[in-house]
Amino acid sequence: MSQTMQAPVLPQQMTSYLTDGTSLRSWLLTTDHKRIAVLYMLSITAFFFLGGSAAALIRYNLLVPEGAIQSAETYNRLFTMHGVIMVWFFLVPAVPVTLGNFIVPLMLGARDLAFPKINLLSWYLFMIGGVCALYALFAGGVDTGWTFYAPLSSNYAQGHVVAVVAGIFISGFSTIATGLNFIITIHRLRAPGLTWYRLPVFIWSLYATSVIFVLATPVLAITLLLLTFERLFHVGVFDPRLGGDPLLFQHLFWFYSHPAVYIMILPGLGVVSEIVPVFSRKQLFGYKFVVWSSIAIAVIGFFVWGHHMFVSGQSLFASIAFSLLSFLVAVPSAIKVFNWLGTLHKGRIRFDAPMIYALGFIGLFTTGGLTGLFLAALAADVHLHDTYFVIAHFHYIMVGGMVSAYFAALHYWWPKISGRRYPEMIARASALLMFLGFNLTFFPQFILGYLGMPRRYHAYPPEFQVLNVLSSAGATILAAAYLMPLFYLTYSVFRGPRAPANPWAAIGLEWQTPSPPFTKNFAVTPIVTEGPYAYPDPGSDLADV
Amino acid sequence: MSDEIAPHVHFQYADARHQSDTALAGMWLFLASEVLFFGGLIVAWMFCRHWQPDGFDAGARETVLWIGTINLILLVTSSFVYSTGVAFIEAGDVRRLVQCCLITACIGVLFLGLKFLEWYLDLSEHLFPAGPFKITGGEAGGARLFWSFYFVATGLHAVHMIVGIALVGWVAWQARHRTYSANWYTPVEAVGLYWSFVDIVWIVLYPVIYLVGRT
Repeated sequence: MSQTMQAPVLPQQMTSYLTDGTSLRSWLLTTDHKRIAVLYMLSITAFFFLGGSAAALIRYNLLVPEGAIQSAETYNRLFTMHGVIMVWFFLVPAVPVTLGNFIVPLMLGARDLAFPKINLLSWYLFMIGGVCALYALFAGGVDTGWTFYAPLSSNYAQGHVVAVVAGIFISGFSTIATGLNFIITIHRLRAPGLTWYRLPVFIWSLYATSVIFVLATPVLAITLLLLTFERLFHVGVFDPRLGGDPLLFQHLFWFYSHPAVYIMILPGLGVVSEIVPVFSRKQLFGYKFVVWSSIAIAVIGFFVWGHHMFVSGQSLFASIAFSLLSFLVAVPSAIKVFNWLGTLHKGRIRFDAPMIYALGFIGLFTTGGLTGLFLAALAADVHLHDTYFVIAHFHYIMVGGMVSAYFAALHYWWPKISGRRYPEMIARASALLMFLGFNLTFFPQFILGYLGMPRRYHAYPPEFQVLNVLSSAGATILAAAYLMPLFYLTYSVFRGPRAPANPWAAIGLEWQTPSPPFTKNFAVTPIVTEGPYAYPDPGSDLADV
Repeated sequence: MSDEIAPHVHFQYADARHQSDTALAGMWLFLASEVLFFGGLIVAWMFCRHWQPDGFDAGARETVLWIGTINLILLVTSSFVYSTGVAFIEAGDVRRLVQCCLITACIGVLFLGLKFLEWYLDLSEHLFPAGPFKITGGEAGGARLFWSFYFVATGLHAVHMIVGIALVGWVAWQARHRTYSANWYTPVEAVGLYWSFVDIVWIVLYPVIYLVGRT
């Protein structure tokens, strides 16, 4: 790469990005990746709590077998709202657009992303899509589930399907814009000496995520467009009554939505790969394996979509192929887990809040991953398909995994983003509480699913009540654990002690600039001479970095 | 120092060359995403055709071949003209670039005019898949599906054409105001990539719409 040094930043230009312009306009029309990250952070936090409220109502309703407060119709709309908001307006964008946006240029030693205006456009598209979907969800909602299976969604469903689909369609282009920006930035804006194998794993996993953003999202876009066409004009692309093929919808939908599962987890894998070495004071074990397993997950993830359709009537031959490929994707995932454990081994482990979240992630991700193998097995899936086992499995990955990773990343980089320290002890408490609350919420659902309770019903037979009450009780603990950071992190912005440039004594370019960074990130472009995790060997003295 | 030489270089880039190459790489990646967008549509189209070939053939026979063919020739010509414009600005000839852009945009408008005429003919023949439909009997289902894909695909392509014409017009306007020179003309190249892509989409759609199953 032929990057040369830019002109140095003068001392008088080194004002914090937070105070470099204080008008509303300076925030809403900013092209600074750090400010856009903050805008995104505020937006997805709002979406997270909206989606969470829907989940809370669902769990409240399931306290009693006949359903506590909702009709079947309302219940259907609530779980659809929960799914749509959580998938497209929280989990898919979560880490890339907030922490990715903030940290990627800093990790690369760059002054901004390659296309700052497209970055801002991405936030506006996200907000337009979000408002569109929210309008529909509050004006009466949709009862199709987040999967929008045709012909239910195209011909039979009541409600504002077109508006919700339009919201998802528009927000899809915001993630394409982000992915495009990341890929090009990682290729073109690395600091001198920052070779590919000196890149932090977080960068590699966001690269893999971005490939999926750019190559899978357009397929969802065209699928939703065909769905809308079918719904508006009553022609049969997917409706078998009109000559269409409902399996075609499922193929196209999952061609995006299974890779999208990896969009939702790959950034989390990257976050944990950053945090574990820092708090073990050790090199990341098997760096190249971790890096290439991210790429392998992204690539193999494109070819496993059919495992959602084992009981949809696809051919047995296709099912066997998809089953084998699904088992295959477990291999790079397991490589990552073993490498994190290898990193922990004989490390000087510190249990700061980010590390507790990260360790929780490892356990929950492993549980979610292993139960995924049950579902990838053809015979077991016939029994477990569409039961709470599936719900528990993907919540272990999405919530236990990704949401934990999001909170881990938020705490780890919070001093860099806000320039303040958060209260450590209460953060550790909330990390532990999240782990406990999560397991209490979702472990009973594995048993419920195994016993045969189907998903997406507002009522259930009385013998399932004990487990459902346990699950709902866990949900209240989980809700408390999510609300606590909202309060103490907000508090820390105003009252927290000022953070030094490198509070964790971590290696990485983002820690070599002040907290919070100034607008152009680095006074002079750093020159990189070693790998991202060059911590001293455990045998040597703790003279430190 | 780079600020003085090239005011259009954003601060995260080392120099104008670094920025230009990056912008073009971004456009290529955007087009890759577009390939998947149209690719999904064409795969779905072929998948449906595979199951109902007779209906699709019956539908394809109703298309207006001469308009499609003229449009194909027009678009290939327009890409050629625009590329000539890029060659002119490489040599520093701004006036010729403006002329090439205007010709390209005019051809684009002509394409859209013919396309609207074709849609008008299609609609007056009752070929819109919803409502009363020209083809009846056993082949009606497949033929309706063919025409669904036809309207979605040509509609999307037309949207891309409109964006393309606006972009080419913008390049012409910028060039008239002396923004580009032999040293810096990245937007001209990036828009050229986009225009050629929209052209290639039509080259793929042409046989799928007008030729397959026509005999």
